[in-house]
This record gives sequence, C-alpha cells and structure tokens, in this order.
Amino acid sequence: MRNALLIAILLVLFAGLAYVATDLAFGQPARADMDDYFLRHGQEQTGANNIVTSVVFDFRAFDTLGEATVLFTAVLGVGMMFRKLKPGEEYEHD
Amino acid sequence: MNMTKIVRTTADLFYPFCLIFGLYVVLHGHLTPGGGFQGGAVMATGAALLIVSRSYAGIIQRIRKNAMKLCEAVGLLMFLVAGLSGLLLGGSFLHNRLAGAGGLFGESVAFGANPGVLNTAGLIPILNIAVGIEVLGGLTVILLYMLSGVNKEEPAS
Amino acid sequence: MITRLLLAFPFLAVAILLLIGLGALLFKRNLIKMLMGLSLMESAVNLFLVATGYRQDGAAPIFTNVPSTHMVLPTVQALTLTAIVIGVATSAMMLSFAMVIYKKYGTVDIRKIRKLNG
Repeated sequence: MRNALLIAILLVLFAGLAYVATDLAFGQPARADMDDYFLRHGQEQTGANNIVTSVVFDFRAFDTLGEATVLFTAVLGVGMMFRKLKPGEEYEHD
Repeated sequence: MNMTKIVRTTADLFYPFCLIFGLYVVLHGHLTPGGGFQGGAVMATGAALLIVSRSYAGIIQRIRKNAMKLCEAVGLLMFLVAGLSGLLLGGSFLHNRLAGAGGLFGESVAFGANPGVLNTAGLIPILNIAVGIEVLGGLTVILLYMLSGVNKEEPAS
Repeated sequence: MITRLLLAFPFLAVAILLLIGLGALLFKRNLIKMLMGLSLMESAVNLFLVATGYRQDGAAPIFTNVPSTHMVLPTVQALTLTAIVIGVATSAMMLSFAMVIYKKYGTVDIRKIRKLNG
C-alpha cells in the first residue's frame, strides 16, 4: 500500500517535470548579457585564456574562498568523527 | 589488509605519474581546462592508489597524517595571504594587479585565439597552486582518517 | 509533443536521474544505499546547471587554439564547479557518520537504529 502510493507520487512528479522541460529552450539561453561581457573582456582584463578559470578565480574569487573553507570544514568534521577514545568511553551498543 | 605484490608494485609505479599530471593540470589552469580543484583531485587520486593497495599500518609510515594536514593548512593560508596582499597594497581584496603589468605572470593577452603563453594571468596561477595544495591535503586526510576507522575483527552480531 | 520532449532531452535526463535518486531514498533501508541516492540527486542538479548554459553550435569558452569565437556560457560552469566540490565535502561527512553508526549499533538498517542514546 505504501509502495503503491510512493510510486504514484513519483509518477506525478515525473509528469510535472517533463511538462516543464518542454517549455525550456535547449540551446538558446534567455539572458546572456553578463556572459557576453565576460567573453569579450575576460582576456584583456585578467590575461587568462581560460574564461571559466578567470570567472572562478578573478571575477568571483570570493565564492572560491568560501568553497575552500567548506572543504576545510568537512575535513575537520571527518577528523572529529574518528578521534581516539578516552579510557572510559566505548562504542558498543548495550 | 595488504593486497598482492603485483598490485602494490603497480600502484608504486603509477604514483609519480599521477602527481606530475596533477601538477601539470594545476599549473596550466589558465590555459587549458583544469585549475586548482581538478588538479588537486588528480593528485589525491595518486595518493589514493597507494592507500587502497595497503593496510593502515603499511601506509602510515610513508604518507604521514601530519604532513598532509600541514599541506592543507598551508594551502588555505596561501590563498588568504594572496588576497590580503591586494588589500594592503591598495585596491580591493583579491585584486588582480599582476595581470598585464609586466612583472611575474604579467604579459598582456590580445582578444582572439592564440597558443597559450604560460607567463600571463597575474594572481590566477598563484591561487591555482594554493587551492591545488589544499585539495591534495584535504582529500588525502579524509582517506587516511576513514581507513583508520575500519575495524579489523569481524563484528559479533 | 513528443518531438518537443526529445529536443529538450538533457532536461528529461535530469528529471529521470532526480526521480531515480528520490526512489532510492524512499524505497531502500540501508544507509549506504540511501547515500548513493542522495549523490545521484546532486549529480542531476549539476547536469541541469550545465545544460542551461548551452548555446547552439558553441565551442568551449577557452581561447587556446579555439576554432571559432562563438562560445557557450562560462558562468554556469563556474557555479557547477563549486557545487561539485561541496557535494564531495558533504558525501565525505555523511559516509563517516555511517561508519560511526555501524560501530555503535552493529547494523546500518534504519529501522533498527531507533534508540537515541545519551
């Protein structure tokens, strides 16, 4: 009963997403003014041939700082999970 | 659990090539597809080859956890210092003042297709190297911590 | 209707991947399989971001030996790079949580992990 209800919900979601997908034009993006500016002036303002790298590391470098911090915090979290236990603590479920 | 000698020898043979290719992808980030994050992941794959083919006791003497933690911290610190150098010498945070100025990494590039010149793009190769070192250290530390948490005996349930 | 659906095939693939990932989250009761479903959903969103920025007959936005200067949009690819790295970070944390849960409870079946100790 629960399985049939979940499959029905998934099929309704698929119908909705497919209906929206027919409205999106693949190959003609709607507003590309900022990207045209980056493509035309990226080489003379940053000096890099790779426009994606110049967007990631020069035009939007502050977001890359946040992303490096998120990676650092994830390593911190994993290191906290696998710490050495003190003599009184234990892991087993009683 | 150690793998057989053939697997261990092949992983040892592949490790320097993975490191060199990852360093190439990091350094040429402003000319070809790639950059800091992609090259750092390729370098960490070289370390992962060594980690997977050996047990924890066999790898912890060669790739030390403290050295990789130092790599990761130095990478993020280099990013911050490079950003603050733009702030302290006049301009904004992460200001790209070396691009087109004629010094280190400072040749100018005209619009249009060209075979790439390595000496361009200002602050971008420095940031690429910083992020590459940080991703190498971070992913290797994650793998070493997860390997150290694996139980050696069979569970009772 | 069917031809319009097939012309927008990348968006249809996004919908299929999203629903397969959601189905794995709803129907499986092993923690590791549920995490695989979550990772599938993240991949579907990244594919949607990259497919939004496509221009017809465009080249990659890199000027090294490029044949023509009609290029696809570069900003969307930068957003996808950030999203992939954040996906790696959250997957690493969730997998380490699953390992510690297995150490404490002895099982990864979510119907048996019900008692909040401590």
